[in-house]
Amino acid sequence: MKARYRRFAWIGLGLAAVGIAVALVLSAFRSNLVFFFTPSQVVAHEVPQSRPFRVGGLVEAGSLTREPNSLTVRFRVTDTAKTIPVTYTGLLPDLFKEGKGVVAQGRMGPDGAFHATEVLAKHDENYMPPEARSAIEQAQKGPETMPSLHEARAR
Amino acid sequence: MIVNWYRYSSPISFYPLAGRLARVFGVLAVVFTLAGLYIGLIVAPTDATQGDAYRIIFLHVPTAWMAMFIYLVMAFWSALALGFNTRLSAMMAQALAPTGALMAALALWSGAFWGRPTWGTYWAWDARMTSTLILLFLYLGIIALRNAIDDPRRADRACALLALVGAVNVPIIYFSVQWWNTLHQGSSISLTAAPKMAMTMLEGLLVMTAGVWSYCIAVTLARVRAIIVERERGAGWVASLIAPQGAR
Repeated sequence: MKARYRRFAWIGLGLAAVGIAVALVLSAFRSNLVFFFTPSQVVAHEVPQSRPFRVGGLVEAGSLTREPNSLTVRFRVTDTAKTIPVTYTGLLPDLFKEGKGVVAQGRMGPDGAFHATEVLAKHDENYMPPEARSAIEQAQKGPETMPSLHEARAR
Repeated sequence: MIVNWYRYSSPISFYPLAGRLARVFGVLAVVFTLAGLYIGLIVAPTDATQGDAYRIIFLHVPTAWMAMFIYLVMAFWSALALGFNTRLSAMMAQALAPTGALMAALALWSGAFWGRPTWGTYWAWDARMTSTLILLFLYLGIIALRNAIDDPRRADRACALLALVGAVNVPIIYFSVQWWNTLHQGSSISLTAAPKMAMTMLEGLLVMTAGVWSYCIAVTLARVRAIIVERERGAGWVASLIAPQGAR
């Protein structure tokens, strides 16, 4: 075997070894790599009790209420299976909207609500002009005249 | 047409080729970037939810792609340098590192300025962002390692090893948004599914990507020429090249 083939074989073996090692480490730390927990995990007590954590999901439609004369807001975060109430005092990001993604950091209060110290909007991967979105909303209201989603996006 | 590619593995024949290609890609970079900025900033419509802040995507996504891709190219040249023990492969890897670092820094910086108006924060320690920060540190570490070793051939081997080990980070960056819950959204563009963005936006993004590609190729080739001159200065042809009354 030529010396350079042996070197390439060692490079390949080395890469495979490093790759496997990293894969094992990542799978071992899997639960620590998540940025947020889902409401289902919160309800099932799969979240840290002693330190703050993040909960992520969709802001339930119609759940947002503001307390008069303060910055305190209440809303519910859902993953469509379970829902938890959240209270937060402060400014909400511009993209915060009912039905859209949200990630809140804080801890569970004694009242069973999640007391958030920070609320971030989670954007989805869809980019479209306003006309396309209204076309999609129209389509969802009247399924019999629904144009394809792709067509609406391309407009 | 049969091209003898091995001819260009020697610095003496690669040097003039790199010069010609650098000029071509330099011109392409200007053309594509101007066209991409025009489409992105003027032609493309405003996004329905993010408003005009989304236009940062036209810098963010091409530089983020490039940061990952340059690392893979650098690892490829490093593997060739280790395996074949060729000088030019190591020089290519050396020339790619600063541009890769710049791309990673631009991706992180533009991402922070996009995150503030949309998510509400400049930075979050989610898997996508943290692994991209590690990518930047890998680039900086490779540059620092080279500067720390005086003998260029030993520096080649050390940097090649680090570049190869760090290559496992690239798939982690790419798939982080699928493997874990992240604040960063999933990919809008993939090879297997229809793009999740309007057509004009996609066009602007692709033209900008071509511009960033051309820029990276042009700058890397110009830099590899400088590295060749610096490291091969003992060779006769370089000596005649850099002589004051040079016989070009």
